[in-house]
Amino acid sequence: MRDEVVANMADVMVADAAAKIRGYLRENMTAFQDVELDDEDNIFERGYFTSLFAMQLLHYVESTFDIEVPDDYIILQNFSSVRRLADMVGELKASAGE
Amino acid sequence: MSDTGRSDVIARARLFAETELAPRAAEFDRDEFLPQDVITKMAANGFLGASIPTAWGGLGLDPLEYGELTEAIGKACASTRALLTVHTSIVAGTLLDLASKRLKGKYLAALARGEKIGCFALSEEGAGSDAASVATSYIRKGDSFVLNGRKKWISFAGVADLFLVLASDNGVPSAFMVERDMPGVRTRPMSGFLGNRATHIAEVEFDDVEVPAENLIAGVGAGFGFVVNTALLHGRYSIAWAGVALAQAALEEMCSYATRREQFGVKIGTQQLVQKMVADTVTNVAAARELCRSAGRSLARRDADAATETIIAKYFSSTIAQRATSDAVQVLGGNGCWSGYPAERLFREAKILEIIEGTSQLQQILIADVGYKKFARKA
Repeated sequence: MRDEVVANMADVMVADAAAKIRGYLRENMTAFQDVELDDEDNIFERGYFTSLFAMQLLHYVESTFDIEVPDDYIILQNFSSVRRLADMVGELKASAGE
Repeated sequence: MSDTGRSDVIARARLFAETELAPRAAEFDRDEFLPQDVITKMAANGFLGASIPTAWGGLGLDPLEYGELTEAIGKACASTRALLTVHTSIVAGTLLDLASKRLKGKYLAALARGEKIGCFALSEEGAGSDAASVATSYIRKGDSFVLNGRKKWISFAGVADLFLVLASDNGVPSAFMVERDMPGVRTRPMSGFLGNRATHIAEVEFDDVEVPAENLIAGVGAGFGFVVNTALLHGRYSIAWAGVALAQAALEEMCSYATRREQFGVKIGTQQLVQKMVADTVTNVAAARELCRSAGRSLARRDADAATETIIAKYFSSTIAQRATSDAVQVLGGNGCWSGYPAERLFREAKILEIIEGTSQLQQILIADVGYKKFARKA
């Protein structure tokens, strides 16, 4: 029962993180990108952002979710979609015992 | 370090620049050689570790203070300032931001003390602005990576002990710290440059260089999106202040000359068209310095907009440095075209800033993108 509650809380946290990240990405997409952003979309491969934005995303997730992204997590793949970013945030929060 | 201690560092940098660098800058430029005694003194003063936290043996200056120090050094000698850009800003700054604790422990203290000199090996014959297209390769081999390829136009590669190298494995870019002493590393000096002549620019060849896996910066694949962008962020911040430095130096040259030189029986500074050049330079220097300070404050706060502010500062500062140094040459006339005065050297150095760490055209593309994001009304 307790495990189930913890798992549900983790799901809620990841969903909340995904919503924030989605909003942040939409805010930062240019006027030329009138597209629906799907959580699974690879934002770099689809050309929504250049890799320059990756560093901005790193600063954003660290400051917004109060986490430190370990160096071996710092690869473009982990920052390439809403889903991957939210999962990474959830994983790092969980490993920090939150 | 206390506030007083930090302001002492900047005062010391100004004194060092005025007494040790400015009198010899023309000689360094002419000889295309920054002597070891200058590098040693920069290290002894702690300037090569200026922005590195005290925990790693640096002076722990914040970005704003480090910018002021960069301006002080850069006003006296662009090549010595370039050492700060490459060694302190780019290499040490990138390691601080992205390297593992183990890798920081391996190199940062030595970089902070200037016992080892670092350089940034990114550019290649076919990879300049399009840095992601590097041909230098790496492959995994057990607990190490093997690098092959050739880098070009690498500032301070001629004297560096450590190379921050970008390489690619079939399109997956990664960055490594490579030591000069590793078998297969060779450098070949290059000469004949417009500016930054004393920066020991060299080609670097990697021939089956085996690099321990712990020397990978961040993860496999982090080479461009994270490492190069971090390195360029630090580099651009330094170049932004370098522009202020050159423009300020040009301003002092043109004002000093215009208040002494007589033509047609009057000081040329009384001519309104000369006054226009002076007025524009005074205004532009003040504006560029404020953009740099704003970027510095954003970097200190680790704002998400820090990269954008830095790009804007770099673009504006390098643009007005070119304008200011060109006007200085104009005010000095024939003397401005002669190496007996600093104006022609400042002019050549300023052009470099519009190209290095991302051309002005690339900055314009990035700034325009920011404009669309921030200022286009949402439908």
